[in-house]
Amino acid sequence: MLDYITSYLHSDLTPGQAGNMLWATVYILIVFAGISLAVVAMNWLERKALAHMQVRLGPMRVGPHGLLQPIADAVKLLIKEDIIPSEADKLVFWIAPLMVVTAAFTTYIVVPFGPTHAITDMNIGILFMLGVSSLGVLGIVMAGWASNSHYPLIGGLRSSAQMVSYEVAMGLAVVSAVLMTSMNATGIGTLSMIGIVNAQKDQGIWFAFKYFPLGFIALAVFGVAMVAETNRAPFDLPEAESELTAGFHTEYSGLRWSLFMLGEYAAMIAVSSVAVTLWLGGWLRPFPNWLSGQPWDLIFSLFPAATFLVLAAIAALGVLRMPKHAYFRVQTIGLAGFAGVLGLIGLVLLIPPVRDRVEDIYWFVIKVAAFMYLYIWYRATFPRYRFDQLMKVGWKVLLPVALGALIATAVVGVL
Amino acid sequence: MSDATKYISHLELGERDETFLDSNELIINMGPQHPATHGVLRVILKLDGEKVLGTECVIGYLHRGVEKIAENRTYAMFNPYVDRMDYVAAVSNGLGYCEAVEKLLNVEAPPRAKYIRVILAELNRIASHQLWLGTHALDIGAMTPLFYTFRDREEILKIFEKYCGARLTTHAFRIGGCQYETYEGFERDVIKFVDFVTPKIDEYEELLTTNRIWVERTKDVGLISGKDCIALGVTGPVLRASGVKWDIRKAQPYAVYSEMDFEIPVGQNGDTYDRYLVRMAEMRQSLRIIRQAVGKIPEGPIMAKVPKVLKPPVGEIYHSIEAPKGELGYFIVSDGSTQPYRVRVRPPSFVNLQALDLMVRGALVADVIAVIGTLDIVLGEVDR
Amino acid sequence: MVAKLKGQYGSGLEALSYLGQNYLVADRSLIPEILQILRDEEQFDYCVDVTAVHYPERPKQFEVFWILYSFERNERIRVKTGISDGESLPSSVGLWPTANWLEREVFDMFGIKFDGHPDLKRILLPDGWKGYPLRKDYGIIQQDNEWVQINLGIESGQ
Repeated sequence: MLDYITSYLHSDLTPGQAGNMLWATVYILIVFAGISLAVVAMNWLERKALAHMQVRLGPMRVGPHGLLQPIADAVKLLIKEDIIPSEADKLVFWIAPLMVVTAAFTTYIVVPFGPTHAITDMNIGILFMLGVSSLGVLGIVMAGWASNSHYPLIGGLRSSAQMVSYEVAMGLAVVSAVLMTSMNATGIGTLSMIGIVNAQKDQGIWFAFKYFPLGFIALAVFGVAMVAETNRAPFDLPEAESELTAGFHTEYSGLRWSLFMLGEYAAMIAVSSVAVTLWLGGWLRPFPNWLSGQPWDLIFSLFPAATFLVLAAIAALGVLRMPKHAYFRVQTIGLAGFAGVLGLIGLVLLIPPVRDRVEDIYWFVIKVAAFMYLYIWYRATFPRYRFDQLMKVGWKVLLPVALGALIATAVVGVL
Repeated sequence: MSDATKYISHLELGERDETFLDSNELIINMGPQHPATHGVLRVILKLDGEKVLGTECVIGYLHRGVEKIAENRTYAMFNPYVDRMDYVAAVSNGLGYCEAVEKLLNVEAPPRAKYIRVILAELNRIASHQLWLGTHALDIGAMTPLFYTFRDREEILKIFEKYCGARLTTHAFRIGGCQYETYEGFERDVIKFVDFVTPKIDEYEELLTTNRIWVERTKDVGLISGKDCIALGVTGPVLRASGVKWDIRKAQPYAVYSEMDFEIPVGQNGDTYDRYLVRMAEMRQSLRIIRQAVGKIPEGPIMAKVPKVLKPPVGEIYHSIEAPKGELGYFIVSDGSTQPYRVRVRPPSFVNLQALDLMVRGALVADVIAVIGTLDIVLGEVDR
Repeated sequence: MVAKLKGQYGSGLEALSYLGQNYLVADRSLIPEILQILRDEEQFDYCVDVTAVHYPERPKQFEVFWILYSFERNERIRVKTGISDGESLPSSVGLWPTANWLEREVFDMFGIKFDGHPDLKRILLPDGWKGYPLRKDYGIIQQDNEWVQINLGIESGQ
């Protein structure tokens, strides 16, 4: 029994590959908890960052600087009355949000946080991800249908049409990246997520910069398609309030609605992970060739600790700037505690053995976080596309560009 | 007559398109409560899938009977009611009314009062256009300009508050001039504001004018030609964006606009994008006017010699001004008593809203909202 | 221009001016022609307003005004005519489409019907309201209690 547990720790395979069910389950739980925490943090960050871009402050009351706001939102949604429209199809109404959440979360099985830090490494990893994330469309159509009202139906159909169209462009961009993995000595590429990152390591270049600008074009196409895929601004017509049809989730309230939102944010993180893995080198640290060697390795390995210490410093600055009034005492103590926790984590990350373990995960998470910030930035800046213009962009602009980049990559790769 | 039928909505005519499958047509109601319709406006759309075949506007949800009230108040008592019509740009309403009654009394406000009126009216124009930009951008999906314009509009409202005590319904002018002398530091505040807001207008333009999504959402949306505008009586930036260079401040100047040097921005195509550009340019021209006016305010009295009890001689008068939304006219009939016999307000938004049907025919549903926003209607004025 | 029109119509038309604003007083019978001439020949292509005033003591109780503007001449002119209660006027929607809603409002507020108007129904007040508010015999706080009771479910709005 103990063998079973410890034998895995010495192998350098993912639990799925090693066939170790216990550790696979542990990893699944860790990833699930991590993604949920990420969604909560994303909720807070979106409201705060959007607010600051719009010259206002965002949530400030619920915790210090609104840090507990997502928890308040979650509690509110959970205790809301569960309303089902009277003529709705109850079974489908119940399944639809579960479908969306399941599709979004299942994709995390193959997301690589490090060379062995994935739940499993299928040799068709990227194909699996694309396929499972398409199941989310089914959930949306079911949601629109089950509401038994023509506005959500139209919104659901529009949303699904949009997602399907942009999946084509996404797929072509992915093919272009996978093609690049085969441009090595043996000429054999791989679809496995860990394999793709390893290919980038072996070829010594992130695919975004390979055959510049071809890799970059593919990344850009994927970057736009992934925003449309997740129904986010500027492609959020199906769920915009100021248009006629308020979208497929009109009739959902409380827990079911929060499941939709959970699914949406999880899908955002999932497609960002795909982008990071395929083009931005996954868990690899920046500049492995140019800034190589011992001192640079050390400096880059200090980044995780530095990040947390900087965050702790910002939180401490916030503590100093809190108003000195009795009403704010609890908030000040809370924020100081938060700063303390962040600082502690930063200090722990300075310890060498921890540093090595965490380094890969850190770089992956930082890159995905950058994409999340881009999502919020797009939402603050751009107006919304009209539906026919949205479809036009998907089919008439992105698809030819992705196809052209793919062909060009193939041609250049052969030469 | 056959030429004019194109201006009348198919819904109103009771015509139905002879489509093979009539079931394709869908009648959708954009109800009075709607986040995008700038007030309580109900628009009934007849759709063929996504395309709009015809619209019918149902208004009157905000009808307060202002014209009837006017017959039961004295001329000076009616002044505060006037602000409540176009509540976004209240100063212009007051300016129009006071000038109309002054004409009826055959008095003229002293030059100092006229300059103050011009400065406040132009500040009011900038505030109105800023609110328009914020809400219009929000309807199209860009959330950020709303906050920027409201933040900058605060400065104008602060100046109004310091001058007359109110931000929104200012009641700034009196019949015969202004009641309040400008406060200490008024000119300095106004110049500071002008310097503050000039780069901000550039900021709004930076966010939107070359943004390809904005351009795609607004170019060729809501087209209306100059001839149609004149036929439908549309005035204001909508008319100017369709190519007709006409502004009452230049054509029939009132207050001291004849002494101000400014241009009238004109568009070419008459689409939403041109209307956006015209209003942005108008904001800049307003800043120019304010700068000139502040430099030239003469000393002197601010109130002309009007009797305490206003009893204009029997007669009628029509006077109109260029409000931010279009031609705002007052038709006052006096019977010699202290109360007007009839006050008719010619609201620009009411007449502009008629053009909605022509502008959205054949467009998509999402464009209807963009066009309502670009017409810049205020329901308080439409319904009075 | 005035001389030419007076020459044509003689006594049915009077041209006056008050405080610098010109206006024509026309007989009811001359109205469609005068408006047509003003639009076609004298280039008054923009109808600013169509409105009415109620004088209950006069035999011709209502005075209906058209306020017109010409871009070419940069001039405004008012045309007014007197009609009695119950008389209707020809609609000028054919000449100026802007008169559509303006005439509907005159009908709504005064009860003056316009023949040939494509869709003459109430615009500002709810359909089914009884009474014409801007007439002088409609009290300032009067309302159509019946409509209020049926549609709002309350006894009275006051």
